[in-house]
Amino acid sequence: MSKKDRLSGNEAVANAIRQIDPDVIAAFPITPSTEIPQYVSSFKAQGKLTSEFITVESEHSSISAAAGAEAAGVRAMTATSSAGFALMHEMLYVVSSDRLPVVMAVVNRALSGPININNDHSDSMGSRDAGWIQLYSENAQEAYDNMLMAHRIAEHPDVMLPLMVCQDGFITSHGVENIVLEDDETVKGFVGEYRPDEHLLDPERPIGVGPYGVSPYYMEMKRGQTEAMCRAEAVIEEVSREFGELTGREYGLFEEYRMDDAELGVLCIGSSAGTGKDAVDMLRARGVKAGLVKLRVFRPFPAAKLASALKGLKALAIMDKTDSFSAQGGPLGAEVRSALYQTGVIVPAVNYVYGLGGRDVRVETFEEIFAELEKIADGAPAEAFRYIGVRER
Amino acid sequence: MAYNLKEWSDRPERFVAGHRMCAGCGSPITMRAVLRAVHPEDHAVVTCATSCLEVASVTYPYSSWTDSYIHTAFENSAATCSGVEAAYRALKKKGKIEGEYKFITFGGDGGTYDIGFQSLSGAMERGTDMVYVCYDNEAYMNTGIQRSSSTPKYADTTTTAVGPENDGKQQYKKDLTKIMAAHHIPYVAQTTFITNLRDLHTKAERAIYTKGPAFLNVMSPCPRGWRYEASQIGEICKAAVETCVWPLFEVIRGEWILNYRPGYKQPVEEYLRMQGRFKHLFTPENEHLIAEIQEDVDARWEELLELCEK
Repeated sequence: MSKKDRLSGNEAVANAIRQIDPDVIAAFPITPSTEIPQYVSSFKAQGKLTSEFITVESEHSSISAAAGAEAAGVRAMTATSSAGFALMHEMLYVVSSDRLPVVMAVVNRALSGPININNDHSDSMGSRDAGWIQLYSENAQEAYDNMLMAHRIAEHPDVMLPLMVCQDGFITSHGVENIVLEDDETVKGFVGEYRPDEHLLDPERPIGVGPYGVSPYYMEMKRGQTEAMCRAEAVIEEVSREFGELTGREYGLFEEYRMDDAELGVLCIGSSAGTGKDAVDMLRARGVKAGLVKLRVFRPFPAAKLASALKGLKALAIMDKTDSFSAQGGPLGAEVRSALYQTGVIVPAVNYVYGLGGRDVRVETFEEIFAELEKIADGAPAEAFRYIGVRER
Repeated sequence: MAYNLKEWSDRPERFVAGHRMCAGCGSPITMRAVLRAVHPEDHAVVTCATSCLEVASVTYPYSSWTDSYIHTAFENSAATCSGVEAAYRALKKKGKIEGEYKFITFGGDGGTYDIGFQSLSGAMERGTDMVYVCYDNEAYMNTGIQRSSSTPKYADTTTTAVGPENDGKQQYKKDLTKIMAAHHIPYVAQTTFITNLRDLHTKAERAIYTKGPAFLNVMSPCPRGWRYEASQIGEICKAAVETCVWPLFEVIRGEWILNYRPGYKQPVEEYLRMQGRFKHLFTPENEHLIAEIQEDVDARWEELLELCEK
């Protein structure tokens, strides 16, 4: 039996970890994900978790230990944020190239500098090309649900890639919400056992992991990774469908909110979607044909399906909670415009950079955006890229 | 049982021929000797830091390692190994694995004294049941002989170039073995290739079969970086020990034991003269530099004697 509870995002994720009970957890504290290893420690102290818990001396070591454990044929998990995530950057590439399905809970926080502990997406977006599957969560429930689906996706024989479940620092990680927890047996049944074919601790078949990949082989290894990432989209959809049948909570690659006849659309990632949906409701009440798309899966990027969802719009706002400093906007802006171009969908689009370092995003912010979209839909020129919610003086 | 080199040499090789290391290099000697100490019925997982050894022994699709092997990066081999070891413990606890596994990590001085130092210190402090073996060749040889914190004072390297304005590396070598002893782990030892490898073989066995973390520092000369003829490696190691530049000792649960005391402590020139990296010291105007090295070697030796005689 599932049960209702009031939990923060960190608590929800920690409960998912407890229910999954991975063989190895390696973590180093960093705000705002610190609570996750704290819960792990207390679950262990209470006998509710059997995992080996490695309290490493840095995030570089937590991801390295997770890589070692996963190569040894067991499930390994870790959690991090911001600078800790950036310290892992080198290793993220190694883990994906070694095809180790490590699952990591990311609590998104701005990267330094200047140092800042609040939310934006500069950490995980900064490693978007590291070969990890990236799932983003709007709230604690989604963070929990994404964690339960994570191993099924990452360890799928068609995939075998690491996966990160992202939630917004403080907004989601520390906000307490009503959520539904599945019971332990249901989770165990859904997640299942992990038995890789090849691993370091097979006495009959010793293996080598992480060889020197010389030029005649390196490119084929990269090609293997990208093919796995291409296959991941269908696996995510399949696992999400099965999860929906089990729990009644359905997830796709992205969520479309009041998009059926929408003319003005906003595309965003994470907790801002909740605020955006409120704005959409208010505008709808005033007769404005507003809609919102919330992207759940950023890697693999569901380009064709997303473009098709955005096709009917007269104006689109692409919201990035980080800046790529390309002088062209943020990563979501670049990916979406590329997807539109590739599929021949022409929608006037503005790429907004917003909410950096915990800058508040309110219903009024979305109203301002929709007001601008209305003008663009009426023929006003669209500024390709701009900041919103920033002091101009 | 008395030490018998033949018996040791007859054990099956766990680091086999076909690798691309240079002739006269100390690294493969260290690998072969350390792995001979793993009992034939036991399994091992080797973790390796990025190094000459790594690129030359596991060039895809080949491998010189008969045991399972993992390399992930340069600065994290100890952390990687601690993950493998934790996985083993998890599987043991659940009754999912049989037999005995040993966890051995190899890194050069770059991956150990410098970039991997934090990861090593962490894994040792956490009590990981593993042996970390540093094959110390006193510079970053894989990238082309750049100085490390293990490079001895006045050595010529490609980043401590010798010229009219510079006499080589300006700093002393870091005493890593002592730092590892300060971690109060059950076993720490320093060795190199002398006495028919007895010292290395027995210390490797002790390190591998000590429960908990162990650290082994093996002086493993590099013919390219130190500039000697391949055949001279044994003589160089012997000179390092006879001059007390590289004393043989071990620290067993806090007890310092000197394994060899030269009857006649040779002057440091005997060791320096054999290597091209110190060639610039052998001019009349640089005599004082050798004297300075001698003074440092003497001071460290006295310090060690004191620790061992306590």
